[in-house]
Amino acid sequence: MARYVANRLAQAIMLLVIVSAIGFAILHLAPGGPLSQFAVSGQMTQEDLDRVTRQLGLDRPLPIQYLDWFGRMLKGDWGKSYRDGEAVLSVISSHLGATLELMATATIIAVLLGCWIGILGALRRYSVFDTLATVGAMIALSIPTFWFGLVTIYVFSVKLGWLPAGNRQTIGDGSFLDLLHHLIAPAMVLALVETAMWGRFMRSSMLEVINQDYIRTARAKGMPEWRILTVHGLRNALLPMITVAGLQFPTLLGGALVAETVFTWPGMGRLFLDSIGYRDYPVVMGILMFSATMVLIGSLLADILYAVVDPRIRVG
Amino acid sequence: MADDTGRFGVGAVHLGVPNRRQFFQLGVGAAAGWSLAGSAFAQTERPTSPPDKPRGQVIAALSQEPTVFHPLMPGIEVDQGIWWQVFSPLWYIDPDGNFVPDLAREVPTLENGGLSADGLTWKIKLRSDVKWHDGTPFTAEDVKFSIELINNPGFRARSRVGHSLVKDITVVAPDEIHWRMEAPYSPYMSILASFTFIVPKHILEKVSDPNASPFHNAPVGTGPFRWGERVPGDHIQLNAHTGYHGKGPYVERVVFKYIPDLTVLYTQFRTGQVDYTGLAGILPNFVQEAKTLKGRKIFVSSTSSVEHIAPNLDFGPFTDRAVREALYLGINKQAIIDALYYGLPTQTESFVPQQAWSFQQGLPQHKYDPAKANALLDAAGWVRGSSGIREKGGVKLEFTNSTTAGSAVREQCQQLLIQDWRAIGATMRVNNMPAAVIWGDFWQQSKFNSVIVGVNFMLGSDPDVTPRFGSGAIPAKGGRGYNTYQYQNAEADRLLSQGAKQFDLAQRKATYGELQKLIRNDLAILPLFQSFIAEGIKEGLQGFRPNINMSINSWNMREWYWA
Repeated sequence: MARYVANRLAQAIMLLVIVSAIGFAILHLAPGGPLSQFAVSGQMTQEDLDRVTRQLGLDRPLPIQYLDWFGRMLKGDWGKSYRDGEAVLSVISSHLGATLELMATATIIAVLLGCWIGILGALRRYSVFDTLATVGAMIALSIPTFWFGLVTIYVFSVKLGWLPAGNRQTIGDGSFLDLLHHLIAPAMVLALVETAMWGRFMRSSMLEVINQDYIRTARAKGMPEWRILTVHGLRNALLPMITVAGLQFPTLLGGALVAETVFTWPGMGRLFLDSIGYRDYPVVMGILMFSATMVLIGSLLADILYAVVDPRIRVG
Repeated sequence: MADDTGRFGVGAVHLGVPNRRQFFQLGVGAAAGWSLAGSAFAQTERPTSPPDKPRGQVIAALSQEPTVFHPLMPGIEVDQGIWWQVFSPLWYIDPDGNFVPDLAREVPTLENGGLSADGLTWKIKLRSDVKWHDGTPFTAEDVKFSIELINNPGFRARSRVGHSLVKDITVVAPDEIHWRMEAPYSPYMSILASFTFIVPKHILEKVSDPNASPFHNAPVGTGPFRWGERVPGDHIQLNAHTGYHGKGPYVERVVFKYIPDLTVLYTQFRTGQVDYTGLAGILPNFVQEAKTLKGRKIFVSSTSSVEHIAPNLDFGPFTDRAVREALYLGINKQAIIDALYYGLPTQTESFVPQQAWSFQQGLPQHKYDPAKANALLDAAGWVRGSSGIREKGGVKLEFTNSTTAGSAVREQCQQLLIQDWRAIGATMRVNNMPAAVIWGDFWQQSKFNSVIVGVNFMLGSDPDVTPRFGSGAIPAKGGRGYNTYQYQNAEADRLLSQGAKQFDLAQRKATYGELQKLIRNDLAILPLFQSFIAEGIKEGLQGFRPNINMSINSWNMREWYWA
């Protein structure tokens, strides 16, 4: 196992280097730059722009800039944001909490609800519930997150006045209940697609398991149905879900990107969009590296966990 | 300005003539419906006096996030919204165009001896009762330090225009500073008023890197509000500075809330989560509905920005003035204003806002006249081909037009332009790009054919447009300004040079009047309209005064209070 983990880590590091080089190249080769926003404002002349470009080191050849950035990153210096001069790690960490809060809540909702729907759908295959769940999942997967977010705001904030129309908290309040109140709408919106996905995966996985010979054997032995389902059925059906969970990070981050914009949630998704817009290269690269690391870690953990819970699988 | 005597005094403090704004404020222009008069009425509707002590808070929503808090570094309008609360300039420009002393005791003029007759020596008397937020007294040393910092080669200063001319700064006393200008430069008065906030020497002289220090994210100023907290990506809170040297502040704190999506921003204003919709304001399509909201007031006011089509004057067909004139005649401007902007903006023919003292009345008015446009092109030798597109000497009358991708109204405007211009035998193709792309080299190095853009041509309230229209300011030809139109005219250069050296406002008005005529005649830009902003505030919030001379209308939050 240790050798397997070491191998996977080595591969992950190689991948990260490749991701960083490709990301850096694409980002810098794309037209525009961090000073574009000042060009049209009329407060900076071309001379001013050229001077600041030199001061930021953006006039150097791209490979030199990359090596400089990479070298500093290896020493733990991820650079400073062009927008506010803050250290990139500090910028990321100041937004991470909000995103994790949103993603964790959405994931909990999605896993619980999705698994329940999936299991019930599998057990009552082709029932009214199953049909409704299938149609509902298709709709949920088809609805763009931003549209669902706007409709949620319109219905629950503008029309009914039950939920705030965005933000993470009421400024000056910040109590737990206030936080929870603000969390409901974005978490539900973000959880929608996830729930549908978990539901579909779970249904399919459960269907495969309950038709296995060992389930029939258990029934023949007179084992109680609840025990068959929980001990033999659910346990085995959940195995493929580990992989799903391990690869959820990019999907969730993508959803958060939209949900955070619609609900003015001060998280990583919005930071990423803003940073792209401003061409804040150090922050974009920081988020890219952070996300890539999270995806690789998620994938690695899923593989290891799979091996741990399923004795049939051997790694190394 | 023309004062009571009708004389334009050298260094006169008041820069405004009784202009359209004042005309409207008298109520005469109320029929216009949406004028700046709204602000004046708001102040008189419910006459209340501000509280003795700061009370309550104001949540101002912004569609961009302020991130630059050092007021001398590169920043945009949204950052200035913070700077005006935390810092103070030597003087500022009020909504009527007056220079009003802030850190200075008086605005330097020839009459009070603050300016020498040749405009080269400046003597500034400063207030002696001003304290920084940390309690340290403000002195002339801070002013000297600020100007020297801007000119420090290692400092990432936003701009050195005007400042680089300042030499021999002498601190005569803690409350008096003198300097000499290398050359007379009258727009410097406006630069000091609009873009030059004074920073604390006692803090910044100790930092090793002037471009990065704790001050950059927790600034200390002399303004009406002191730094509170910043939650990145969410909000910035400023608290009342009770020792402020001027009027106010009357609210305990102001919170700048970042809401990137304008529809969501408006929704939060509707649901009462924000008190003021700042910066980009309310989208035109929501304005009518917003006016019906209970407990809300909507102000639609002009801005200094002129929405226009920027032709690249070095690009094939646009080198021919007849083409530019025909294209201009072929635009149904009023249809664009009515259909896309709900009739809110006003047509203009100048790069100078109509409320400015330097605005030239009587410029030739645009008329939508496709027949005349066709005749003009026929006479100029642009012949229609079999496809209906005109051609001259092998050059087709076709070009691209670009604007920021996602700017829905401008994108719709492009569709109307395509139709309008097809009728006169010109083909326009759309080539839009994200903001970071279009306003980079594409714009700066004049790589475009034509662009739809809104530009504030003024230098604060000053009409000096040397960097915009000077022939030495074309970046694509090695120039140092932002004359991306590539406009070159020797007479314009002469007028620009002359205007920048003049201190007599009557003379300056005449000079810049001639320049406006010239640029209108040359059609260096095809103006669509003078831009506007629709802003909403909660009823009961007093003191809001739109200021066309500022880049952001939250400039005077110190005077805001709840009735």
